[in-house]
Amino acid sequence: MSLETLRPSPAFADVLPIEYRDLVEHGPYNNRGGDQSKQTIKVTDMGKFKEVIEEHPMCAGCAMTLFIRLVYIGMPNPEHTIVVGTAGCGRLAISQASVPFIYGNYGDTNAVASGLKRGLEVRFPDQKKDVVVMAGDGGLIDIGFQGLMHSWFRKENFTTIMLDNEVYGNTGGQESGMTNQGKVLKMAPRGKFGEKVDALGLAKVAGVDYIARLAPTNPARVARTVRRAIMVAREVGHSYIQAYTSCNIEYSIPTPDVMKDAFEIEKERYGFEEIISPAAKAYLDEVEKKPKKKKSD
Amino acid sequence: MANVKGSSVCRTATDEGKPADWVPGGEKQTVVDPMKMFHELPREKLFITGSEAARESMRRANIDIAIAYPITPQSESMQQAGYLYDEGYIKEYYRAEEEIGTFSAISGASRAGVRSLTATSGPGLMRGMEAISSWPGARTPIIMLNMCRVINTPLAIQPDNIEMSFMLNTGILLLHAENQQDFYDYPLAAIMASEQVDVTLPAVVSVDGFFCTHARGPVEVTPEEYKLPPRDGWRSAVPAMDNENPPARISRDAPIQKSNFISYHMHSSWQQEVFAAVERSAKYFDKYLGGLIEVVNPDAEDFIIASGCAVSQAREAVRQEGEQGRTVGLVKVKSIRPFPTEQILDAVKGAKRILVPEFNQAGWLHKELCAVLYGRCNAVIKDGPRVFGGMTMPTEMVLEWLAEFRKEVK
Ligand SMILES: Cc1ncc(C[n+]2csc(CCOP(=O)(O)OP(=O)(O)O)c2C)c(N)n1
Ligand code: SF4
Repeated sequence: MSLETLRPSPAFADVLPIEYRDLVEHGPYNNRGGDQSKQTIKVTDMGKFKEVIEEHPMCAGCAMTLFIRLVYIGMPNPEHTIVVGTAGCGRLAISQASVPFIYGNYGDTNAVASGLKRGLEVRFPDQKKDVVVMAGDGGLIDIGFQGLMHSWFRKENFTTIMLDNEVYGNTGGQESGMTNQGKVLKMAPRGKFGEKVDALGLAKVAGVDYIARLAPTNPARVARTVRRAIMVAREVGHSYIQAYTSCNIEYSIPTPDVMKDAFEIEKERYGFEEIISPAAKAYLDEVEKKPKKKKSD
Repeated sequence: MANVKGSSVCRTATDEGKPADWVPGGEKQTVVDPMKMFHELPREKLFITGSEAARESMRRANIDIAIAYPITPQSESMQQAGYLYDEGYIKEYYRAEEEIGTFSAISGASRAGVRSLTATSGPGLMRGMEAISSWPGARTPIIMLNMCRVINTPLAIQPDNIEMSFMLNTGILLLHAENQQDFYDYPLAAIMASEQVDVTLPAVVSVDGFFCTHARGPVEVTPEEYKLPPRDGWRSAVPAMDNENPPARISRDAPIQKSNFISYHMHSSWQQEVFAAVERSAKYFDKYLGGLIEVVNPDAEDFIIASGCAVSQAREAVRQEGEQGRTVGLVKVKSIRPFPTEQILDAVKGAKRILVPEFNQAGWLHKELCAVLYGRCNAVIKDGPRVFGGMTMPTEMVLEWLAEFRKEVK
């Protein structure tokens, strides 16, 4: 990236915006000494380093924003990452990150990412570029369903992250395919008709190489899961993370109770789960063993 | 590029399954200056269909990625694109899930900074319209071939160019090919214009389906060992989405997130700039196509103004009128966007009657002409003859309309 192609003259270093300097000197950019698989920014250090996302206009206490923040910390190589999003609450925060963000039409994410990733592979044959789709449950499982499924069937080399708040948050609380059966929401005055779509099951059938479900209860686990998903997408196939990111507004969760809700839902029906294909497993074993080996050397 | 580890699916491996000494077709070609390609290189005359002309155009266009979904009459061309991919003239290619997926994916590809091609016809265009109409604002140079066919009910696959009217107000550059030759030349010109820094816009080359795509005609092609220069992802009105820029908190895609005065202002100024860029493209088309219009018999009192296939029918009418000793002028409108208002005004300044034959029901070219010529030209502008739904336009029909017109307007 530009830290190689466009490097400011050292003479100008002190007049560059502090924002830029912090991102380069105290942020997740360019801090791995060339080893992209090495994660030096740790979740436990949050607050001590410059994050690629710091501000957002989302509702106070929204669990989705915490999750998005953790996604950016988990990225193995933010300086070569492009995020694709769509209409929905998440994009309000995602668009404020210092990682390029593509904001297309509602539900087009996985098609846009397919073309983008292939285009980047043509243009940068010697530099892996990570493409990450981050979109709402409605954006992916309803309007974007076809694109989502076909990107999975085609084993496109990118990661899909579903911000599953089980509702259309951005348009004011209508039911989505990921809403639980019977839940009364807008446009479901008698309760949601069908069951919550089994997106994990669909991912399995489609042969997605790395599938994970989680709630943002364990920040280090979120970052690790994101990192694994992106690494698998880079080298093996597609990866899918489904994250419970409650909508405290539409589900009337008092702001102080947002995390309590996350723990409860996690325990009840959203427990951490990973489904990893043999190829992805072999690859992850290989990359995750590396640091240990070095130590014993 | 090597196959992705552990995956049975191969995507960018253009050499997958090829012998070790295989050289992709594109690598055997030499880059040539576009102006040289358009105007100087020797040409060989072939007798081929419009779809084959499109293939020969794509072969020389240095395309990085082609994505499409089949539909009659486009399929012929896009399966040819598949063969070009197999031969190594196109670097990446796939059949997308459907048209929203196609046109979204091609916008992703263009954002990566590579030369991206797609194609469609009638219903496919309509299905993908949300995606297509957001290309210009995203400032994505894309080349789309558009083989026109019937839309609306009753369903038909026949030629009818009503679909072009849906693109007029999008900010897309829009050329209308008259014949197989144009369908070879125009895509190459459109690619080069669309990728200019002061343009950075998608371009569509429309052609009337079947009449051109499935019928043979003479096409003069440049030697296949020459290709256009590649797209330079660094030269663009907006940076490519490649994360090759310094880290900064700014999204390249117009960051319209809120409903407030700043967002209104941002959207309007952004759109203003898109439409200004359409106008700026005129100078390139002028150079590449030798003018945005072609004029026959400039001193005539009677004029036919047409685009696409209707031009060929008008040419024959003009010839037959000439045999009868009557001079009828013809303006062929090559570029619909940018619309060559001043050039047309200049061409018809002495005209008394202007006839506008079209292959669609709505008469969109007639409306365009009336909008720009109103109050600036003394001629009476008559809409017709118009045929649609697959009908042909016999020359006799144009001649009858001319005769009638002369009686109506003395
Ligand atoms: C083509 C189209 N249809 C509908 C909409 C309206 N729309 C915008 S956001 C949204 C719902 C978002 O819900 P979800 O994807 O679950 O994300 P959330 O806001 O809950 O995070 C809808 C229906 C749109 N922008 N475009
Ligand atoms: S509406 Fe719900 S999901 Fe959207 S920002 Fe507010 S709390 Fe979060």
